[in-house]
This record gives sequence, structure tokens and C-alpha cells, in this order.
Amino acid sequence: MITKRIIPCLDVKNGRVVKGTNFEGLRDMADPVEMARFYNAAGADELVFYDITASVEGRTLFTDILTRVAREIFIPLTVGGGINTVEDFDRVLKCGADKVSVNSGAIRDPGLIHRAAQKYGDQCVVLSCDVKRVDGRFLLFAKGGRENTGIDALEWIRQGVKNGAGELVINSIDTDGVKNGFDLELLDAVASMVSVPIIASGGAGKKEDFAELFRHRGIDAGLAASIFHTKQVDIRELKQYLRENGVEMRL
Amino acid sequence: MIAILDYGVGNLFSLRSSLSCLGLESKLTADPGELRAADRIILPGVGAFGDAMDKLKDTGLVPLIREESQKKPLLGICLGMQLLFDESCEYGRHEGLGFVPGRIASLAEDLEDKRLKVPHIGWNALRIIRDDPLFKYVRDGEYVYYVHSFYGRDCAESTLATSEYGLTVTGVVRRGLVWGTQFHPEKSGDTGLRLLRAFGEL
Repeated sequence: MITKRIIPCLDVKNGRVVKGTNFEGLRDMADPVEMARFYNAAGADELVFYDITASVEGRTLFTDILTRVAREIFIPLTVGGGINTVEDFDRVLKCGADKVSVNSGAIRDPGLIHRAAQKYGDQCVVLSCDVKRVDGRFLLFAKGGRENTGIDALEWIRQGVKNGAGELVINSIDTDGVKNGFDLELLDAVASMVSVPIIASGGAGKKEDFAELFRHRGIDAGLAASIFHTKQVDIRELKQYLRENGVEMRL
Repeated sequence: MIAILDYGVGNLFSLRSSLSCLGLESKLTADPGELRAADRIILPGVGAFGDAMDKLKDTGLVPLIREESQKKPLLGICLGMQLLFDESCEYGRHEGLGFVPGRIASLAEDLEDKRLKVPHIGWNALRIIRDDPLFKYVRDGEYVYYVHSFYGRDCAESTLATSEYGLTVTGVVRRGLVWGTQFHPEKSGDTGLRLLRAFGEL
């Protein structure tokens, strides 16, 4: 059967990985190419790169890095950050990305999902959503979780899938950084209404959190950043542990 | 030299990088002379069957590929594998190249467990059912990366390996010098590289 996936996420700013980069055992602890090599060897099932640079120079640097990673790492690469147009899809796909993640760009221009899916196929379009509870409702946030859009998150996700998003990254702002487990209530709500793969993000602190996550039907992958970067959780050990707990894993 | 057939479909960055990483020279080409001169040919493909088949026919190269496929190893990848079959039912009925007997059917229609997601995206174990030189460096049960909504069936005689996803998904086929993989070897990590290495030695 198909395996569940473990996905490290690398936030890249001005050519460096930021956020929890206390990464031991590498010559350059925040070099995205070195980290990609490390994760590939450690058994990561996929890599996600977010470009969090605002400048044009930073963007060029990011596509150079992506190209270098894609030349030597042969597992699926998803790229997000600053994706606002179909031309942005084209730019990163040409550098070796396999999937492109849209977030704020789709909120500004909801037609982007459909146009990109038409051109590159649903499997290429990943809709990434930052969600937070406000007065008992799940609301969609934009700009890296800083801006409340007032949009009902579940309705937004339903529409996004209908428009051609082939995969979802569901990031819970409420659990992000707390390291006390994924937001299972939110993830269950999403899983009950869509049939595309769901990547859970936000809240992983220990390997048991992943075991708990995969006990919930309809969740296909767990994504995390700093707990992997700091080796608080080792990917190979995590996958071994999950397999021993009955989760199908690529080892 | 490996000729990667250029007929305007797909993102070939990873395929070219993985061949180059293995020290295998490749060239993206639609030139009849280069295709004849190549040691082997790869037929890539991403997208919908009908559209890709039309583009392939538009190159005018189908008769040449048919001829060359009897002289040298040819590998179809993903949609490229599906094109090798007799026909597909993706958005209407379309005729394929007919190099491998069988047909391409919809996973969504054939899956009994409707909770299984389509496309079938992710890592799945490859069950080798017939040994082959293509598996020289790959063991039974290794994981490969799939992304597809349609699959090959009624091709038992040509099937070398399969994966389970609610039903038996055709993973690798072979007929004479023509091979096909439904999964992406260029995205299947070290396992995929070893499979491509073996293709380079066929």
C-alpha cells in the first residue's frame, strides 16, 4: 500500500534556511543545498521549500538554490512563497520543482488555482492554508498568518479543491510552534469533506504526535520544520517508530 | 547516448538531471537522425493521454519510433508508459501506440474502496513478479513514487512488477525491447536511480 509521508520544510531567506537552524553535523548549518542532501539521505519522502524573501535579488538566489537541489535530489520537491501568477509556476517548475504551493497569491486571485491546474495538472497545484480559530470558527489567514481575511477556511478549502488544487497543506496557527501535537480537530474537519491528499502542518513536537496524526483517517503526510532542523526528532528514527506502530512507511 | 523524445510534454528537468548524475549522456530531441543514432530512447509524458498522443502523432515520428523500438531499448515513463498500450479511456476513447497489449483504465472507476484517493500520489512498494535485467539493482519491495489517475490493465503477460492500491496497479511492463514504468524513476530517490542505471546498461 501507499505510505504516509514525512516532509521537512525549509524556509529560505536570502539564500539561507531560517527558523530553527541549530543543525549539527553539516559544514554549513543553514545552507539549503546541504540540508536537502542531509534530508534526502535521512529518508525524507519529499521536501518543501518556502521562499520567504521579498527582494528580487533574494528571488534569483532562491531559484539558483532550487536548481542546485533539483540537480542532485531525486525525490519530489514542492515550492512555495511568492507564487502569484502562472508565470511564477513556470519559473519554479523550470528550476526543478514538481509541485507548486499557493497561499496568499490564491487569496488575492482565486482564479490562479484553476488556471495553473489547467496548464500543469491538478497534481502540480498545492493549496496551502493558514487557519486559526476566531469565535469558534475556522478562519483563513493571509500573509504568513498575519492577516485575518475573514474568509471561512473550510469553505475556502472546498472551493480550492473544486477549482483544481490536487493537494492541501493545512497549517494550524493555533498549534504552530506549540509543539504539543497537530490540530486534529481542524484536520478531521478538512478530511471529512475533501478527497485530495492532506499534508498536516503545525504543532509536531515529538514522534508520538505523528503516530497520533496518522491514526486519523484521511491524513497523508506530516510536515514540520524546526523539530527536524534541530534534530529534536530524527527522521529515520521517526519513520522506524511509526512503522513499528503499524504505519506504512518507506524505509 | 539516450534520446529523450521531445514532443512538447512534461517537465524533464529531473529526468535529465538523474541521467546526468548517473553519468549517462542524454539529449532531448525530435530529430529522426538523432533518434536513429541513439543507443536507447526514453518516452516521457505528463498530462492527458489524448492530448499527448495527438502531440506525438504531430511529430510524424510514430513510424520511426515503432521501427527503432525493435532495435534498441525504449523506456516509457508515467504517461509515456500508458502511450505504449493499445488504448485509453481517459476523456473518451483514444488509440495508443499498441506496443504493449492492454488498456489504460480509470482508477476512480475501478476502485471498490471509494475512500481511496485519486490521483494515486506517493510512495508505494514495488512487487517484482518477473525478474528482468531492468531490476538488476532493485530488490522486491522497494518504494517508488507514483502520480497518476489512470492505470494499465489486461496486460498480465507483459507485467513485470505491480503495486497495491485497493487494486493491483501495473508498475512495470515489458514487451521485447520496450519497457514502461507507471511510477517516476527520476523521483523515486536512490531506487529510481538504480533502475535508470540498469536501463542504461540494457
